[in-house]
Amino acid sequence: MAKVTMTVNGRQVSGHCDDRTLLVQFIRENLGLTGTHVGCDTSQCGACVIHMDGKSVKSCSILAAQADGSTITTIEGLAADGELHPVQAAFKANHGLQCGFCTPGMVMTAVDMIRRHQGQLDEATVRAELEGNICRCTGYHNIVKAILAAAAEMSGARVAAE
Amino acid sequence: MGVEGIGARVARKEDKRFLTGKGRYTDDMSVPGMKYAVFVRSPHAHAKILKVDASAAKGMPGVIDVLDGKQLLADGIGNLICGWMIHSKDGTPMKMGAWRPLAHETVRYVGDAVAIVVADSVAEARDAAEAVVVDYQELPVVTDATKALEPGQPQLHPEAANNLIFDWELGDAAATDKAIAEAAHVTEIEIHNNRLSPNPMEPRATLGIYDNGDDHYTCYTTSQNPHVARLVMSAFYNVAPENKLRVIAPDVGGGFGSKIYIYPEEIVCLWASKRTGVPVKWTSDRTEAFLTDAHGRDHVSKVKMAFDANNRIIGLKVDTIANLGAYMSLFSSAVPTYLYATLLSGQYDIPAIHANVRTVYTNTAPVDAYRGAGRPEATYLLERTMETAARELGVSPAELRRVNFIRSFPHQTPVIMNYDAGDYEASLDAAMKAADWNGFAARKADAESRGMKRGIGMSCYIEACGIAPSAAVGSLGAGVGLWESAEVRVNAVGTIEVLTGSHSHGQGHETTFAQLVADRFGVPLDSVNIVHGDTDKVQMGMGTYGSRSGAVGMSAVVKALDKVEAKAKKIAAHLMEADESDIVIENGELKVAGTDKAVPWFQMALAAYTAHNLPAGMEPGLKEGAFYDPANFTFPAGCYICEVEVDPETGQTKIIQFVAADDFGNIINPMIVEGQVHGGLAQGIGQALLEGVHYDASGQLLTASYMDYAMPRADDLPSFQVSTSNTPCPNNPLGIKGCGEAGAIGSPPALINAITDAIGNNALTMPATPQKVWAAAQAAN
Repeated sequence: MAKVTMTVNGRQVSGHCDDRTLLVQFIRENLGLTGTHVGCDTSQCGACVIHMDGKSVKSCSILAAQADGSTITTIEGLAADGELHPVQAAFKANHGLQCGFCTPGMVMTAVDMIRRHQGQLDEATVRAELEGNICRCTGYHNIVKAILAAAAEMSGARVAAE
Repeated sequence: MGVEGIGARVARKEDKRFLTGKGRYTDDMSVPGMKYAVFVRSPHAHAKILKVDASAAKGMPGVIDVLDGKQLLADGIGNLICGWMIHSKDGTPMKMGAWRPLAHETVRYVGDAVAIVVADSVAEARDAAEAVVVDYQELPVVTDATKALEPGQPQLHPEAANNLIFDWELGDAAATDKAIAEAAHVTEIEIHNNRLSPNPMEPRATLGIYDNGDDHYTCYTTSQNPHVARLVMSAFYNVAPENKLRVIAPDVGGGFGSKIYIYPEEIVCLWASKRTGVPVKWTSDRTEAFLTDAHGRDHVSKVKMAFDANNRIIGLKVDTIANLGAYMSLFSSAVPTYLYATLLSGQYDIPAIHANVRTVYTNTAPVDAYRGAGRPEATYLLERTMETAARELGVSPAELRRVNFIRSFPHQTPVIMNYDAGDYEASLDAAMKAADWNGFAARKADAESRGMKRGIGMSCYIEACGIAPSAAVGSLGAGVGLWESAEVRVNAVGTIEVLTGSHSHGQGHETTFAQLVADRFGVPLDSVNIVHGDTDKVQMGMGTYGSRSGAVGMSAVVKALDKVEAKAKKIAAHLMEADESDIVIENGELKVAGTDKAVPWFQMALAAYTAHNLPAGMEPGLKEGAFYDPANFTFPAGCYICEVEVDPETGQTKIIQFVAADDFGNIINPMIVEGQVHGGLAQGIGQALLEGVHYDASGQLLTASYMDYAMPRADDLPSFQVSTSNTPCPNNPLGIKGCGEAGAIGSPPALINAITDAIGNNALTMPATPQKVWAAAQAAN
């Protein structure tokens, strides 16, 4: 058994788990944060993407014990004070989700993508960056649109703030 | 239409919970005392079970129990069934072999369930499952349907000689043969429709809860039709009577057909919950999903299309072999028959059609409906044949289609369907304009100058949706009626709940169904809630598949709204001492037309419940239900055009543009309709370019993960150009045709026609991988 302590969505949590417990299992089973999903068993689908120390990570491809001491944000921690994050709002405005199962991973990937590219994204880049996230409902058309809209809004907001 | 009514591009009410991680899917459900199941599955495609020894597994840490097929049989749990009876042309009924939820004598495909392990954790259950020793005697295997029909091949079920399930026909063989004999030209082609795995992103899951206090079962399950699941589990599988079984399909992460069926796992988990005394949850991993979710397609067809001297089609003859896998899944028999051969007239006026369909058992996963279900197979066959014929006849593919279009409605085809409305040329023109068809030659020349091969292809599809008139499908063998139900409950404060038998697993019903109510009564969308997916809340329903939620499910809501409106007007008229016929409902008020008298909606609702001042003899309350049985199928249709560039050095295909021009009848929410088309296109393009289920000769599945089965990803696809030109459906109150499957139906032939145009070789099968395209391009040189 491993004892792990981490900060999840701004709150310190700790728990005991089997050494072989994946981070995604710890998040879902131990913490009850079921917004992070499991869609495959080969770290291909990206439904389990979370942020670990500020970077997007597939939480199925890391052990909970390896995340000991880290800072984690899950989809539940993204909307501040009940306001949708600009990426979440853009997914809604652009119909970037249907069944919602891949959505948490898509949104977490998109937030990190926009951060890394400082909002400077084009369609080809977004499509290439989404290589690790599979959606079966939307054909990606509106996901790409939503990410580009969010990137434009967030970089515009940043420019305005500067 | 108003900002929230019919036709408005309203953002979805359900989105917030999905975007914030508050969606509740089956695997998210936990109940006190819950344990976890893992299934022991056959590693062999065909074998006798000599012995199941669970003694070591039962002693392992955390294990509650291990149960096998003999125990299941002893407890009287029934066989899985196919619910649509098809008779062969000789009059004999289809040969349905026994499908046990847990095999106890013979396994017939890799993944066939043999035993269930229940343990404290998934990991412990998995460890124990590996310790269950099953003694198998391997049997010879056949996976190819054409081969399975040959003499001397392995036999899967004693009922089905030569593995033939049925040999069925539709249409007039003599008239079709005569047309072919007299034709000025006959186009012949063999068409392969590749086997696919549906792959909703949420894997199947179920939580079975037996309550011995009430002798009652609750089944959470990833279902597109929870009421059908309850009916079938009660009436056929002997799990529990309907009043003792509650089925809940909460948020469901996509279905595409694969979650219509009742699978062994939900039956076995309910039974295991009773046997073990604990709630039992099972969640499929992706490998299990590839192994055991019903696959789609897998047809091989020989086609002859006969033309007269004016290029008019005078006959179509089709001989199809359909692989149904190891067992007959719930609607498997209907897919290659009444959902397929009935659409072989396409958009064309064809006087004589004959289709022969043989369905076959093989040592592969069961095959059933997958997005489009039979209609993609018909469309791919027809539209590749049309394109081939155009090339042979030396006419443009557009012109060949134009001269053969059906132009007056209603139109009775020779294969049952009666098309009610459409304008096929309008879609063709819209698509050709959007794709700049006339500018293609210049683009091709430009591509050639860069060493690339450019091609353009089209497909004109039709489908039958709004499934379906109950008496009609009953006469064709369906075991159920295909109506839909709705209940509209106006609360005392005027807010409204709509209960529907349709089920949303991505389609956005919580928004579009509410738009109907907002449109009718002028109440805010936020005051309307849609309730679905729970057999304790909604009395009965047939669920969502076959693009039926709009045409059938919404029509039931409209019928119930009619009744609510009639009673509301009576109440308002009484309150305002006006004539009922003078009451109009606008902007959340019931008004006396031509006066300034009005009663707010909520006040009328309150009056219905206080019942202090109702018309004499009127019952208190305001709640109405309706069942809607459609009068006909609906017939969405359209034209898709795809333009590609093929790199002759690598065989890599790049989609330059994809245009979809659809006729869906009236539209409730264009944003959602476009989203349905996008998703369908991606699945169709996936079938044409990337996806394919492959078994090796021993029946091992070679494509059982996302490392091996090529799902379409964002960088495989272009942005799509979609548009609609609508002829309302005359047969339902909203004029809706349905839009859920069109994209998957119309796109594969457009894409393959474009590639074959580019490389100058028509001999190409799906998926058109770079290797196949390269080889075909080389062969053409």
